[in-house]
Amino acid sequence: MSAHLKQDQPDDRNVLDSTAQGIIGEPLTRPDGLLKVTGTATYSAEYDIENCLEGVLVTAPFAKGTVTSIDESSVTDMPGVIAVISDQRMTPRAIQGTAGEAPITGVCKVDYWGQPIALVVAETFEEARNAAKHLVIEYDADDDAVFDPQAVEPKPDDDPTRQGDLASAMSDAAHSVDVEYDTEGHASAAMEPHAAIAEWDGDTLTVHASLQMLNYNISELADAMELEESKVRLIARYVGGGFGSKLGISQEIVAGSVAAMELGRPVRVVMSRQQVFQNVMRRSETTQRLRLAVDSEGKLTAFGHEALVSNLPEEDFVEPVLQSSHFLYAGENRLLESKTARIHLMTAGSVRAPGEAVGMPVLEAAMDELANEVGIDPIKLRLNNIPEEHPATGLPFGSHKLAECLKQGAKAFGWDSGPRKPRQNREGEWWIGTGMASAARVHNVGEAKARVTLQPDGTALIETDMTDIGTGTYTILGQIAGEMVGLPQDSVLTELGDTRFPRGPGSGGSWGAASAGSAVFLACEALREEIADKVGQPVDTLTFKDGVVSWDGGSSSLADVAGDEALAKEGHYEPGDIAEDYTAASFGAFFTEVAVNRWTGETRVRRMTGAFGFGRVLNAKTARSQCLGGMVWCIGSALTESLLFDPTDGHLANCDLAEYHVPVNRDVPELEVIMVEERDPVGSPIQAKGVGELGMCGGAGAIGNAIYNACGARLRSFPMTPDKVLAAMPDD
Amino acid sequence: MPLKINNHPYDLPGDPRVSLLDFIRREAGLTGTKKGCDHGQCGACTVIVNGKRINSCLTLAVMHDGDEVTTIEGLGTPTEPSALQQAFVEHDGYQCGYCTPGQICSATAMLDEIAAGMPSDATDDVSGAPTLTDEEIRERMSGNLCRCGAYPNIVAAIREVAGAAS
Repeated sequence: MSAHLKQDQPDDRNVLDSTAQGIIGEPLTRPDGLLKVTGTATYSAEYDIENCLEGVLVTAPFAKGTVTSIDESSVTDMPGVIAVISDQRMTPRAIQGTAGEAPITGVCKVDYWGQPIALVVAETFEEARNAAKHLVIEYDADDDAVFDPQAVEPKPDDDPTRQGDLASAMSDAAHSVDVEYDTEGHASAAMEPHAAIAEWDGDTLTVHASLQMLNYNISELADAMELEESKVRLIARYVGGGFGSKLGISQEIVAGSVAAMELGRPVRVVMSRQQVFQNVMRRSETTQRLRLAVDSEGKLTAFGHEALVSNLPEEDFVEPVLQSSHFLYAGENRLLESKTARIHLMTAGSVRAPGEAVGMPVLEAAMDELANEVGIDPIKLRLNNIPEEHPATGLPFGSHKLAECLKQGAKAFGWDSGPRKPRQNREGEWWIGTGMASAARVHNVGEAKARVTLQPDGTALIETDMTDIGTGTYTILGQIAGEMVGLPQDSVLTELGDTRFPRGPGSGGSWGAASAGSAVFLACEALREEIADKVGQPVDTLTFKDGVVSWDGGSSSLADVAGDEALAKEGHYEPGDIAEDYTAASFGAFFTEVAVNRWTGETRVRRMTGAFGFGRVLNAKTARSQCLGGMVWCIGSALTESLLFDPTDGHLANCDLAEYHVPVNRDVPELEVIMVEERDPVGSPIQAKGVGELGMCGGAGAIGNAIYNACGARLRSFPMTPDKVLAAMPDD
Repeated sequence: MPLKINNHPYDLPGDPRVSLLDFIRREAGLTGTKKGCDHGQCGACTVIVNGKRINSCLTLAVMHDGDEVTTIEGLGTPTEPSALQQAFVEHDGYQCGYCTPGQICSATAMLDEIAAGMPSDATDDVSGAPTLTDEEIRERMSGNLCRCGAYPNIVAAIREVAGAAS
């Protein structure tokens, strides 16, 4: 039995507001929490599998060319070494999110420095690591590799937006800015390195792997290994962070699978931290031009946003820099255009909030420049220009909370809407200033299936291959089911991360909760119908609470209703035609105060407030944590995070956590999160939208704007490291 | 003298290249101690050796003849969590959970360092006894990276436990 919904229409029934259990949205602790804090949650490399071999990847010490020979005999006599695997099935690149296939295989052709070219397998990790260092390879390195995106002719991406006449609007405007910004590349740097244990029993390949999207990953691995999907099983019960880097299968999974099938023994392959940095995914660096103009009323008349990004040849992914620029602000004369340069740095792909993570800070910095030009409060400039509908397509928004976020955030922060001039506040050697920015992120949903079973003991079991990468999936799916069928949190068990379960979209693009949550919701609606049948009452007269279903004049425990047989329902949610009629997006606003050191150029974020509207809050604790995490990423991308490639040979110079600077605890002050009440009937049948990425979509711009307000240094380059700040610091 | 992990004796490994981290995870089967970077840069592998927190990836198992190692599993269990473990759950001091055992081992030993009067960069008067301000917690926990960005919640969890103890 299944319940299917292809969402073509808004759902404003708000079913979860009329249920009785009272746990939806509540800040319940995570059911997996005690396992995580006691070290008993098992991540992919941690399964104790008998007879397991250890594999270590060998990577290319050049950026472009061909491996001509691999001398296996150089290591096969070393202690413990079992084999050297270099197989045409191995994938040289991590696969892009939702690819569902293995587009590039074969590791002898090298396209970037650090590309895996072989796997050394030995009895122990120490033996494999040592042998991997000594493997002799020969190669022909090409001398025409280009690493600088500015040094090649870029190709325009599809579908530029051109409306009206941007150039004329710019020249006719009362006020305008025409500025160029750049942003450096980012790494996901999830704390758990990419890891897999592959087992082959002669019929089925089972892989424990650290992955976000099993539904796509099983197709990718089956394709790479030339197996039927029915002969592949993926398990990812706990994932130590993803942030886009585990959307598609990565190289160690295929290499380990090949080795396990060749050798007839399980093989574990864990990438070193350096290998993760060098060959999983980078966020492209960007160069962006913003042209904004307003009339004398402070209304935008021109909106131009152009971007140059890069990727390897043959990769389809383009950092979608302009994604939210398409609809965030009005302006009748529009030009939005992106170009991609093909260069030989590692694959560019999804890193948390692809697009908005770098597009929004730059747009919001340019808006700040414009507000200064006009001489109006930056909040007012934004409130002036919130469009009634999508400025290009004309589609209405399902719900839109930007104005509320701006107002509530400003109030909580204590924003001073008086005249803003830089260099007004100094404490000793520190300049103090404030800045703000809007947040915006597109809303995505994907097809999802989940099974909910009412057990004979009156508890419920949820099963889906959806993952919990730290986002709180275990928690919120349990809350949705508990709310719908009337059970407390501890009476609902959620099982995730196994392709044997009904399949869903996985975690990525902030779509997991709304998609998988809707599948659970649909399954529960069907369960409620069946329970109604069993008790002989109309479903809309029933109250489900604390394991009891009651109606006017009677009640029954869910255990009694279930009887000896479990009641199982599968929910199947599909995005429908609704996207042709409506625009759905999450919005927010950031406010921050920074201190900038006059002599060192160091910036410290002293406080930060984020106000966000992302539809129904499914769990106020885990949703807040998602917002906090995003704001921490804002601090990193504003101030420190930058992939630095050697311009001569293309190797990543800062390929570890000592040199690539993610924020540490002391970089992060107390952060305030405001979750603005919202139900978006277009977002999903549970009125929820994505939250995982929204918190980092613009906040780096607020920090940059605060740096300007503090010390008068207007930087047009992220991250705003001390050297750049100092160079731009006006003389006292 | 054997190496003791959570009061259980283990013979030292035959291969001197085995890091204490890999020994804990593989030989002792205690995978609560995590490998995040293997280079002492992230703190996920933090354990407590003879009462002091260290990065277990930066030391070899054979260097710990006779030492007493406490890992996250030795601090508490799902049915009997330590006060810090419980506080991390209540305050959502984690998301993906991978850095969490290291955070909690680090925080456990850090509170002992404060009690012992050890100063830090955040201590205003290094000749006096440090007080556990939020800035002290942030400074002293900065060797444990959390990419999910749970830092404010981690500070809140530690603050609550330290406040209850003092």
